[in-house]
Amino acid sequence: MTAPSVLTPLLLTLKVAGLATLAAMVLGVAGGFAFSRRAFFGRDWLDAACAMPLVLPPTVLGYYLIVLMGRRGIIGSWLQDTFGISLVFTWQGAVLASAVVAFPLVYKSARAAFEGVDRNLENAARTLGATEARVFWRISLPLAWRGVLAGGMLAFARAMGEFGATLMIAGNLPGKTQTLSLAVYSAVQAGQDDLANFLVLVVTITCLLLLVATSKLAQPQH
Amino acid sequence: MSIQVDVEKKLFSRSRAFDLKASFASEERMLVLFGPSGSGKTLTLQLMAGLDRPDAGRIVVDGEVLFDSAQGLDLPARSRGLGYVFQDYALFPHLSVAANVGFGLTRSLASWSLSARDKERVHEILEAFGLSGLAQSLPAHLSGGQKQRVALARALIRRPRLLLLDEPFSALDPLLRAQMREEFLKVQARFDLPVVLITHDPADVEAMAQDLVVYDRGRITSILPFKRLRQEGRHAEELLQGLIQATPA
Repeated sequence: MTAPSVLTPLLLTLKVAGLATLAAMVLGVAGGFAFSRRAFFGRDWLDAACAMPLVLPPTVLGYYLIVLMGRRGIIGSWLQDTFGISLVFTWQGAVLASAVVAFPLVYKSARAAFEGVDRNLENAARTLGATEARVFWRISLPLAWRGVLAGGMLAFARAMGEFGATLMIAGNLPGKTQTLSLAVYSAVQAGQDDLANFLVLVVTITCLLLLVATSKLAQPQH
Repeated sequence: MSIQVDVEKKLFSRSRAFDLKASFASEERMLVLFGPSGSGKTLTLQLMAGLDRPDAGRIVVDGEVLFDSAQGLDLPARSRGLGYVFQDYALFPHLSVAANVGFGLTRSLASWSLSARDKERVHEILEAFGLSGLAQSLPAHLSGGQKQRVALARALIRRPRLLLLDEPFSALDPLLRAQMREEFLKVQARFDLPVVLITHDPADVEAMAQDLVVYDRGRITSILPFKRLRQEGRHAEELLQGLIQATPA
């Protein structure tokens, strides 16, 4: 067991999970807010679609991503032709896979948190001259913040553990796309039990800390 | 001061449909909307404030048209220049008393910071309402009467042309109620402020009303020049008793 064999996947995992969580939070907060405030045609179906990554097998998600983002995919070929970018077998592809998987966790808790914000408080802000943007940034988001943050931490934990979809779109390239969970798999396959034990310990402790922090956030204030 | 309101609004929910048709005008400085709960008073106030949109109608305050379905005109709540005190006061629970009161003075997205002049205005109004010692407290730590003062100060600091009050005294215990009524009438006189007030308490009508609009199940059943009736020695209790009994169940 060498230091780089632990450190490289650990750092990559933190980078991938961090960026994926950021993307999931931006989209999850926007989606959660829109869905909690606006009724529109097909809302229930779109809501179910947003929650799909929670229940779909990661391999199915990975397959969707390949179909959409692969070199011959609808979005992938456009990215390739326009910017010369390909997400397949890159760490950016791993970010995308983790973000898709983590998104519903932020979306669900953000939506619930925004639904818990008293509409009268938003209305009071409006009668005090606030624009809709100011109502959101000064009233709705601060009051929903604990729920949003709890969702974000779950999303980070989930993104750290992403395996199936990441494997399908980004592969398992040591030093390039091999995150902790992939490294555990490879270590076990190669019979490197010491390495596997250590990696598993790192993942377990990190997730444990995140869950404790999340449940602290979810507790009511006062 | 003049108010003209002529609004229609249908609401549908799973359990019931509600149909509001209300039309009244007043030149008085204290217009009271009286009626049982669920009769459409609060909805009328929200329509006036721009927090909900009438299906049809016209709302004019002091000659300025705030809403007119015929012209397709609908000023957003933030531009109507009306103050609103909510029944539960709707104080921002995450902001201090001072930040609540100062909220309407800035449009900034980025920070709470107010100009030195605006800070001075917050300070002055807190002093006027006897809230100076509570400037840094959170709303959760205030008594009912204090919360109401904060809600009033927060609305008044923007110098609204009209103040809308939704059941301002119903959340207070009866002893405090009479005292807060007195206090409010003094504030109204000092700020020289026209008011529309909602209540289901005849005592509020007796103590405050100049014009009186009586609601029942989404309709207005009578409009009374209460100031004149009071001068003629009539009382809210007997007037309203007659009106409510006259309404077929």
